[in-house]
Amino acid sequence: MTTTIEPPELVSPEPGGPDGPTPGARPDHAHDHHEGPTGLLKWLTSTDHKVIGKSYMITSLVLFFIAGIMALVIRTQLADPTSSLVSFQTYNELFTMHGSLMLYLFAGPFAFGGLANYIVPLQVGAPDMAFPRLNALSYWLYLGGSVVMMSGFLVAGGAASYGWVAYAPLSNAINSPGAGADLWLMALALTGFSAIFTGVNLAATVFYLRAPGMTMFRVPIFSWNMLVTGILILIAFPVLFGAVVMLFCDRHFGTHIFTVDGGGVPVLWQHLFWFFGHPEVYILALPYFGMVTDIFPVFSRKPLFGYKGMVFATMSIAALSTGVWAHHMFTTGVVLLPFFSLLSYLIAVPTGIKFFNWIGTMWGGQLSFQTPMLFSIGFLFAFLMGGVTGVLLASPPVDFMTHDTYFVVAHFHQVLIGTTVFAGFAGFYFWYPKMFGRMLDERLGKLHFWLLFVGFWVAFMPQYLVGLYGMPRRVADYLPTNGWTTLNVISTVGAFVIGASFLFFLANLWTSWRHPVPAGDNPWDGGALEWFTSSPPPHHNYTHLPPIRSERPTWDYNHPEHRVIHKPPKDRPPAPVGEGETVGASS
Amino acid sequence: MRVDGLFLAGIGIFFAVIGIVYWTTSYENAGFLMLMGSALLGLLPGSYYLWWSYKMKPQPDDDPNAEMSEGAGAIDSFPGSSIWPFILGMGAMFTVLTFVFGLWLAPLGGTLILSAAIGGTMESRRGGAV
Repeated sequence: MTTTIEPPELVSPEPGGPDGPTPGARPDHAHDHHEGPTGLLKWLTSTDHKVIGKSYMITSLVLFFIAGIMALVIRTQLADPTSSLVSFQTYNELFTMHGSLMLYLFAGPFAFGGLANYIVPLQVGAPDMAFPRLNALSYWLYLGGSVVMMSGFLVAGGAASYGWVAYAPLSNAINSPGAGADLWLMALALTGFSAIFTGVNLAATVFYLRAPGMTMFRVPIFSWNMLVTGILILIAFPVLFGAVVMLFCDRHFGTHIFTVDGGGVPVLWQHLFWFFGHPEVYILALPYFGMVTDIFPVFSRKPLFGYKGMVFATMSIAALSTGVWAHHMFTTGVVLLPFFSLLSYLIAVPTGIKFFNWIGTMWGGQLSFQTPMLFSIGFLFAFLMGGVTGVLLASPPVDFMTHDTYFVVAHFHQVLIGTTVFAGFAGFYFWYPKMFGRMLDERLGKLHFWLLFVGFWVAFMPQYLVGLYGMPRRVADYLPTNGWTTLNVISTVGAFVIGASFLFFLANLWTSWRHPVPAGDNPWDGGALEWFTSSPPPHHNYTHLPPIRSERPTWDYNHPEHRVIHKPPKDRPPAPVGEGETVGASS
Repeated sequence: MRVDGLFLAGIGIFFAVIGIVYWTTSYENAGFLMLMGSALLGLLPGSYYLWWSYKMKPQPDDDPNAEMSEGAGAIDSFPGSSIWPFILGMGAMFTVLTFVFGLWLAPLGGTLILSAAIGGTMESRRGGAV
């Protein structure tokens, strides 16, 4: 047996009273007294949310790069109308696996498995996630699912090739035979459960492991968004699991749930899939909204504008997102157009509130354009473009025109790259010093941003046009006489610029690995609780906690002269913020 | 605790309303059932939390003026490290592969899952009190 079991230990943060830190000095962070396995065994057996979070991030970034290389192959194929770089079958496998890796294995797990796993317990002042071993199980299910999905390339017949949405008649045993398609379904079952467990964990952590004084309306927006994301996961992923099991039964056990000849309904797959799929889009967006919401105030030197508005906007986006699934199915002709169109339009309202508040946070602030801030501003532009075209697509007449064309491809790439890449790397650059105790290089980070920003527009703006000119998605070649060649070449150039930008990211990681620049506890002068502890945080995260009297406890502690004191509750006299003896450090 | 309960109950009520509107306008079964399932997902834990929030004394994490010392004491015993999640995850992977490659993988997956179930339970018992 290789387990080590610690005796029950006092994991509550120590009180910051008279025994707490001395005036005028930051508390001395205790060293890591945790004894346990080291090396590979540590990685295999750890239940520490920080180790699991880092494992999640590394795995998802590796899959992100694999999927990115697939995208470059796809774009190279499309740059020439009659290119034969890859066969049609391989092309189908590539776009299927590109979408599947990016959506199921990168975008979600990077946020709710990686950054959230690491940051949420820190932000709410918890020693770990609520269920540490369940958290570890989530990671291993995710890794197992990733291996299963990728192993589709190794079996006869190749990987799944029916698109990441696996529409029913195409994904049955006759049209998509082979083990690759089955492996894809099984991988979704595994990663689906991984996501469900993480969702439970996130919700329980934010609900029940908050530090004293960290009321729900003092939880940073990132953690709020992760809570809402956790609930959305619980709504969406079980439906996906059910649909996957049904499709598998159709393929192998002779049922006819999605096949017409046995009395089944193919459109049912679309209902089930999109009831998962549209909340999934917001499972991929809300965590990233949370990241930029935490970043803007830090680099604007202002408190967040409209905290409660942000919380309620997040909730309304999440709630509405579950009622709009059939706007992906307008052209099936069997859905209620006004209902889904109206609800889709309504989502623009809370999203608009969020944009208003982000701009309001920056308005009149002392902006400093470090790498996380640049990426966050890039997110604003990218997501705005993707969001506005999304409003267009919510209109059934426009959707009938553009359905399954490159217009839709451009729309969702702008939405998802806006969130997962711009906001995701903003969060990565922002919290990397906290996670590893070392800085990333600003110069390389800015190069990464500007190349990515330029490549992004060059790659996807032509796709709107080529979609309006009628180019359908998921085609491996087209005619030179279609007139789509120039726009496709421009788009391919942009894709390679995006690819090149990530070389600077890798160089940045390499530089920080080889020539570490110590980060200190609070390199950005952040206000949320995670910046109070050391970088990287000790085992169980905190040796001391500051008094929590606002959304920005670390800011209140470091800058007592700039505290924002909220109105006291009715039944108790206002306690002096900071209790005197714990406050004193000011910079 | 009250905020948590209201939050979840609010989700449930929202989906109940949307579901009824959807049913009375579209008469489509799948979406209606899924919306009702979501409503239950909010209402069941939400009402449970609300019920407890009136029975329990206020928690320090809901008190805006709480002192850090109010949260002192053991929250729970966390296993420092455990191999069983890894074993269980691998067992689940081999079990789903059984459906693709055949029954010969079933003993491997089953053994791993069973040993993880036993090992994890024993670990929790020896890990001590909550």
